[in-house]
Amino acid sequence: MSTKTKPGKVIFNNDAAQKLMAFAALIALFIIFSLASPNFFKFDNIVSIVLATCVNGVLALGITIVLLTGGIDLSIGTSLTFSAVIAGVCIVNLHLPVFVGILIGVGTGALCGCINGIIISKMKLPAFIATLGMQMVLKGLSLVISGTKPIYFNDVKVFREIAMGSILGKIIPGFEIPNSVLIFAAVSIIAGLIITKTIVGRYGCAIGSNEEATRLSGVNVDAWKIAIYSICGVFSGLAGILMASRLNSAQPALGAGYETEAIAAAVIGGTSMSGGEGTIMGTIIGAFIISVLTNGLRILSVPQEWQTVVTGVIVIAAVYMDILRRRKK
Amino acid sequence: MKMRKTVTVLLSLLLVLSLFAGCGSKPAESTQSASPDPSQGAESSQSAEPQETAKKLYIPVLSKGFQHQFWQAVKMGAEKAAKDYNVEITFEGPEYETQVDKQIEMFEAALAKNPDAICLAALDSKACIPLLERAQAAGIPVIGFDSGVDSDIPLATASTDNILAAGYAADKMAELIGGEGEVAVVVHDQTSGTGIGRRDGFVNRIKEKYPNIKIVDIQYGGGDHLKSTDLTKTIIQAYPNIKGIFGANEGSAIGVLNAVTELNRDDIVVIGYDAGKQQKDAVRSGQMAGAITQDPIGIGYKAVEAAVKAANGETIEKNIDTGFKYYDKTNMDQEDIAPLLYD
Repeated sequence: MSTKTKPGKVIFNNDAAQKLMAFAALIALFIIFSLASPNFFKFDNIVSIVLATCVNGVLALGITIVLLTGGIDLSIGTSLTFSAVIAGVCIVNLHLPVFVGILIGVGTGALCGCINGIIISKMKLPAFIATLGMQMVLKGLSLVISGTKPIYFNDVKVFREIAMGSILGKIIPGFEIPNSVLIFAAVSIIAGLIITKTIVGRYGCAIGSNEEATRLSGVNVDAWKIAIYSICGVFSGLAGILMASRLNSAQPALGAGYETEAIAAAVIGGTSMSGGEGTIMGTIIGAFIISVLTNGLRILSVPQEWQTVVTGVIVIAAVYMDILRRRKK
Repeated sequence: MKMRKTVTVLLSLLLVLSLFAGCGSKPAESTQSASPDPSQGAESSQSAEPQETAKKLYIPVLSKGFQHQFWQAVKMGAEKAAKDYNVEITFEGPEYETQVDKQIEMFEAALAKNPDAICLAALDSKACIPLLERAQAAGIPVIGFDSGVDSDIPLATASTDNILAAGYAADKMAELIGGEGEVAVVVHDQTSGTGIGRRDGFVNRIKEKYPNIKIVDIQYGGGDHLKSTDLTKTIIQAYPNIKGIFGANEGSAIGVLNAVTELNRDDIVVIGYDAGKQQKDAVRSGQMAGAITQDPIGIGYKAVEAAVKAANGETIEKNIDTGFKYYDKTNMDQEDIAPLLYD
């Protein structure tokens, strides 16, 4: 019983303060940059920011669910690449219909996640090591399968429309918001529902809070872990499709290192690395903080070296705030 | 230890013998050493056949990477030269062009195999110097390619003059935007020789020759297509009156192109660098005004060619300029340019 009430608390009460703080920080950034540059708060630039958040945002949603269980997945970046390459092979080389290719691409992500889950829960490898290994495996496989060459979707015009077309623009003329943004929004809602409304989310939180207690109360922890890593894989696969669609090509050399940015987004948004705590809203805010920061600093022509330093400082500050808040309790 | 010494002595004897064989069998080489035509290449590989039974020259080629299409083209050229001169090569490079340490390890491993010569595209112009000294002490000739090092040890360097090439891109940019206005530069990084050379080549030419053109921003996208796209969009937001953007390598150029397309700013003049399918298509359709291309196949070929000559004790030219070309939709199918544009 205790396991079922605990996650509820975690999601609704515990994080209110953190969420508020992160949100306040985001608003503050917006105000500061708007005052500093007249070019920041413009429709086009806001769309650019949101678009720049999509790939990292979707990755961050997936990793949040894994972090909730107290696990980690370092393979999400290369899993993104691998899914994109597989989708590319299916659509361009095998001439499968686009939606089939996308399904296979996303399915590939899920499969990678599933294998991660099995290695972690059944073979008892630490998640850090298992997914680090998977990261390398997928990095190599992406290069092998693509023959180290990018796969271009030039002959499949529809493919670019997935992320860069604008259904909204067709309905409301002038409101040209790329589909990528809609997909990100939809996926965010789904991720939110998974965490708060489904048994996967509840058990995930329970595992993250106290894995042994959860196991003793009769939950099949292994099976749920596999499910959760698979779900995370689905998100990586989706992010891969979004990126491939935007670049109109599956780039086998990109994606490695993207996991750090996704983890940073989740952590800034109040997700605890030790599990049991975290919200989707927080992660989305975290992802936006990162892209608003990069965008704003660039608009102010701050040298790139310093942009990275600032982002790093923000990550440390955000986690420290979190620790302070918990100490008070 | 003794065993090892004997083996070394024997091997070096063999090497010296093969050297004589190599010199003797290639009288034609010296008359036209710069670029052997295919027939001559075939001839030399035939004449080298008896040498193969003794010992085939082994030349490791240490590149900066292998994933980018540019390096694949360099590899093609290196392999062609290996075939023409009947030598054995290995082509390897680290995954990222920032992994100086990995490249050093590869260099050490290559030295340990006691090769006849080494071709090196140094990721860091200073970090490799101790190893270059070791190679020199061991009598292994080193040929640089793509970018040079801060040392006199490499007998020759086959590379594009990046500063000159980027300067030419600046001239083209000035011409296309009418000699005045704001321009920006998107570069892959601020530490490598090519990054610095192309940035400075472009920026300095603008500053020297075109007082009415202002460089408003220089940003670095790591050659990552996605990151370069987002950062270019930001540049355009920050400087809405911008007239032209120069992307200093393939990833950067594609990023600039994506940004301009996504924001529907086809009034912005885009000039790129290198080739690749997307960039070629963009130039053909006119979305990209033009781009600088190097001769990656030539770089790979000439590096291995110089290495073979060095191993055979021939004297070689110190700076092998492999040249560059500016291509746009009007000339990209010409026969002196089309072969340089890899997919």
